[in-house]
Amino acid sequence: MSQAEVIRVTGTVQGVGFRPFVWQLAAQLNITGDVNNDGQGVLIHAWASQATLDTFAQRLKSEAPPLAVVDSITRSPLSQLSPPAGFSIVASKHSQAATGVVADAATCPACLSEVFDPANRRYGYPFTNCTHCGPRFSIIKRIPYDRANTSMAAFTQCPSCQSEYSNPADRRFHAQPNACAQCGPQLWLEDNLGNKMGDGIGDGIEDNSGNTNHHAIDRAAQLIQQGYIVAIKGIGGIHLAVDACNSQAVDKLRARKQRYGKPLALMARDEAQIRQYAELSPQHSQAIASPAAPIVLLPQIQPANTALALGVAPNQNQLGFMLPYSPLHHWLLRKLNSPIVLTSGNRSDEPQCIGNQEALERLADIADYFLLHNRDIINRLDDSVVQIMGGKQTVMRRARGFAPQPIKLPPGFNAPKTVLALGADLKNTVCFAKDGHALLSQHIGDLENPSAQLDFRHTIELLAQLFQSQPDIIATDKHPNYLSAAFGVQQAAEKNLDTFAVQHHHAHIAAAMIDAGLPANSEPLLGIALDGLGFGDDGSFWGGEILLANYQKSLRVARLQPVSMLGGNVAMREPWRNTLAHLFASGVWQTLAKGYKELSITEFLSDKPIAILQKMAAQQLNSPASSSAGRLFDAVAALLNLCREQQTYEGQAATQLQTLAEEYRPTGSERSLPFDILNTSGLMEISWQRFWPEILQRLKTHSNLPQLAWLFHLTLAQAVTRSTTQLAQQHRVQTVMLSGGVAHNRLLSEMIIQRLDSNNLHCHIAGNIPSNDGGIALGQAAIALANLK
Amino acid sequence: MSHGSGGRASAQLIEQLFVKHLDNPLLAQGNDGTVFPSPGEQLVMSTDSHVISPLFFPGGNIGSLAVHGTVNDLAMSGARPLYLSAGFILEEGFPLADLNTIVASMAQAATAAGVQIITGDTKVVEKGKGDGVFINTAGVGVVDSRRQISGERAQAGDVVIVSGSMGDHGVAIMSSRENLEFETTIESDSAALNGLIADMLATEADIHCLRDPTRGGLATTLNELAQQSGVGIKLKEQAIPIKPAVHAACELLGLDPLYVANEGKLICICPAKQAQQLLAVMRQHPLGSDAAIIGEVIEDPHHFVQMETAFGGNRIVDWLAGEQLPRIC
Ligand SMILES: [Fe+3]
Ligand SMILES: [Mg+2]
Ligand SMILES: [Zn+2]
Ligand SMILES: [Zn+2]
Repeated sequence: MSQAEVIRVTGTVQGVGFRPFVWQLAAQLNITGDVNNDGQGVLIHAWASQATLDTFAQRLKSEAPPLAVVDSITRSPLSQLSPPAGFSIVASKHSQAATGVVADAATCPACLSEVFDPANRRYGYPFTNCTHCGPRFSIIKRIPYDRANTSMAAFTQCPSCQSEYSNPADRRFHAQPNACAQCGPQLWLEDNLGNKMGDGIGDGIEDNSGNTNHHAIDRAAQLIQQGYIVAIKGIGGIHLAVDACNSQAVDKLRARKQRYGKPLALMARDEAQIRQYAELSPQHSQAIASPAAPIVLLPQIQPANTALALGVAPNQNQLGFMLPYSPLHHWLLRKLNSPIVLTSGNRSDEPQCIGNQEALERLADIADYFLLHNRDIINRLDDSVVQIMGGKQTVMRRARGFAPQPIKLPPGFNAPKTVLALGADLKNTVCFAKDGHALLSQHIGDLENPSAQLDFRHTIELLAQLFQSQPDIIATDKHPNYLSAAFGVQQAAEKNLDTFAVQHHHAHIAAAMIDAGLPANSEPLLGIALDGLGFGDDGSFWGGEILLANYQKSLRVARLQPVSMLGGNVAMREPWRNTLAHLFASGVWQTLAKGYKELSITEFLSDKPIAILQKMAAQQLNSPASSSAGRLFDAVAALLNLCREQQTYEGQAATQLQTLAEEYRPTGSERSLPFDILNTSGLMEISWQRFWPEILQRLKTHSNLPQLAWLFHLTLAQAVTRSTTQLAQQHRVQTVMLSGGVAHNRLLSEMIIQRLDSNNLHCHIAGNIPSNDGGIALGQAAIALANLK
Repeated sequence: MSHGSGGRASAQLIEQLFVKHLDNPLLAQGNDGTVFPSPGEQLVMSTDSHVISPLFFPGGNIGSLAVHGTVNDLAMSGARPLYLSAGFILEEGFPLADLNTIVASMAQAATAAGVQIITGDTKVVEKGKGDGVFINTAGVGVVDSRRQISGERAQAGDVVIVSGSMGDHGVAIMSSRENLEFETTIESDSAALNGLIADMLATEADIHCLRDPTRGGLATTLNELAQQSGVGIKLKEQAIPIKPAVHAACELLGLDPLYVANEGKLICICPAKQAQQLLAVMRQHPLGSDAAIIGEVIEDPHHFVQMETAFGGNRIVDWLAGEQLPRIC
């Protein structure tokens, strides 16, 4: 007996091949009716027997295309009597407002096998893609996501491609970047003087499809093998590639980029190749092989036992690996015997180049050769970075493959107003939120950099377009000198909007709460913010706080002992300043020269202009007190002679301290170094007064550096756990959020989570959004929405 | 000195002290207002109040600074400064010997700059209601009506010249106020720039903008100019003259010298093709011997002031609302 139903599918179901999938499934099951996209997702009218419709609905979810995310399937009876003759796809009536633009996705297995099949017309074609894979966000200029609104507009499909595109039975039905060697983007290689080479035209080699693109890749592979630096235009930007097993090439790259110390990302042909250099657990493997294809931090196999150049990740016990995510990368890696370093194409710490001309100018004295193509990158997208922590995947940098995937907000965030949150100044992201959804931008970077600042402005415009909404309220950080906040205030004044200033660490905690799915009306919980630096509610600098917070409000209930940042920002570059500040603060400085004369730190610090530094601390001369956890890490790292004089990138000293600590094999009977929990006028304070003399004493008597580094982690974890547990009892709270940049320290966070757990406190750390400042914008948006009248 | 009752004697003393140092025929008129001949068709007037701690610092004191400040403000519009007024607010109990030194420096600075102080005033406030001494100076000068030196004239293709090293004054003040003993004593650059500017104007170069990067330093002043002219400015970090001692002090203190105040330096923006000629003239003058081209004016709808760093990167050199606060998380 034939039934009729309306089936509504919501989630990420547009631009991912969902309608052809429905069409094919309907054909298989002999269902008649139609399918179309509208503002809320996909709408199906279906005629079949009850049993068939049940199967249909179930398979719609279980067999959905790889990039689709089905949030819900709702069915209701349809009263219309006469079934149509067949099953049809109805043309889109709406833009993709509620369903979002899909993130870029790594090449799917079907496309990959075509690229490596000599008989296929796409053999060796580096821009092969389909509805299940390929570039999306990186090429979009505006919505709707149609070819005309992407940088593919410059290429007209040939008849073969066009017929794939128009055929609902084809994997490339409505695949906007669909292309082949006849009609699509072309690749070429040139040297740094602008001479084109190796595009195959002159060398007489051409395959049956007339595709010469892959010869350029072959030549690039040879050049990499020979030790040259090759700039490669990929999906979200231009990279610099060298042979990861060629030390000279790696060192040359570092010298030319003037990037010393900071680990370089790697790309390997496949998982088997990665296993020669790093350990790959099933969880790691799942992350690295996902369509997002992020850089995954993996435990490194002793570098001495591998062929990897030591300069790739000096003083690290992890390697950042990714797998090829475009046919270009796949082809290149199959032509090479070792992995490549694939680092962003930029000078020092600038955002990577995306334009051909820009790259040729900016990178001329870095790269020897350029493998470029003529498809424009519209939106700069860095490679995303994830790690596995506490048994789950945690995003550290959210960009290519993740952004701008909409984030479904927990219940209660359905205010009809649109919030634009402008994030923090470093690791900047911006966020639009309304109607229960948030659109968190890709990692934009340091707003002090002019091209990041332009990206920031451009991204705001683009997201407003994608979100089909102009902001009603602009949320910013409270920091008086943040460029993001200044821009927000100016925009608000120009457009007559309200602004809402959010405390930095409240935003960190709110971001974790969203990740945990906590509703807008949640009861206050405890938020542990272990961070570098943020402007506090009291006008001082915070960075190691426990907040009693819900989305609406936050109250600081504990802090790390505030200590001078000697010279403000410089204290972040020069870790020794923090050691000295802690020694001043704990009163150890006076006894240092007598009691610990033989320590290298004593000698090192004695060479500094101590009288001036003491005045700086005492008179707070450009040396504000701060409860920063990050600076505490720096202080201990410098004590143990890690990055003592200076660190060349943010978090270097702290990462090296973690690495050193992980060399230590705990026996289980360790006790933490001393600390005190003071309680003065309602604010709990973790004091390091007794910690410093003790660690100096240990350093002097049995200087086991890995053990001391590990004990420091243990001490901080215990101090945080003990104060949190006391506060939880006091405020009758069971839930704890752990956030802030320092929360990306696996060793520390796992220690804290485990200890809180055994005290019956549930501790959540964000997985899908960064705990560092990359998550600030989302937290700001949530707080602003929750405070709407 | 004292305030209120019994003040007559000290008031007289002060009068004598001023007359001793500043005497000139116009001041000697002794009336409520000073009458002077109109010196030209276009007058320029400027006023500035000076509060500074400490009052005495290496390279000057509040007196010389009060003269230089107003002379420079006049000179930056291309004017020839002629007359100043001086108003003093003294705190009860302020040592007369110190006042004597301050007024003597003012006289000296005025003479050196070729201006006359032609009227003045003194008030004494209760102890605790002032900070030793505050000085207001107002000045009058004349300007050639054909000159068009103005903050909105910078245009793409112009270059940015500074007359010498950046940050000397602010660092000198801070070290002296906070008693920081650096290896070399850093002196304030406090000086009257009208002589240097006269030489520059004599070249007939088409100077578009002149400004003294005082409070907020080079960075803030350039942002003002970029905003006013609707242009962008691109600096080269390595071209900006900074004395090694100032650089070292800024490193240690964590200060960015681009935001540190100067009191004897100017920024000049002029067409690129006239820059070398102008630079040569500036370098002939003792106050311009370290003059340098530090950047260029570019088209930029965002009016960014940006700087190519020593590492080849770029950074935005933004306005600074208040203090230099750490912002790195
Ligand atoms: Fe932060
Ligand atoms: Mg002034
Ligand atoms: Zn595919
Ligand atoms: Zn084609």
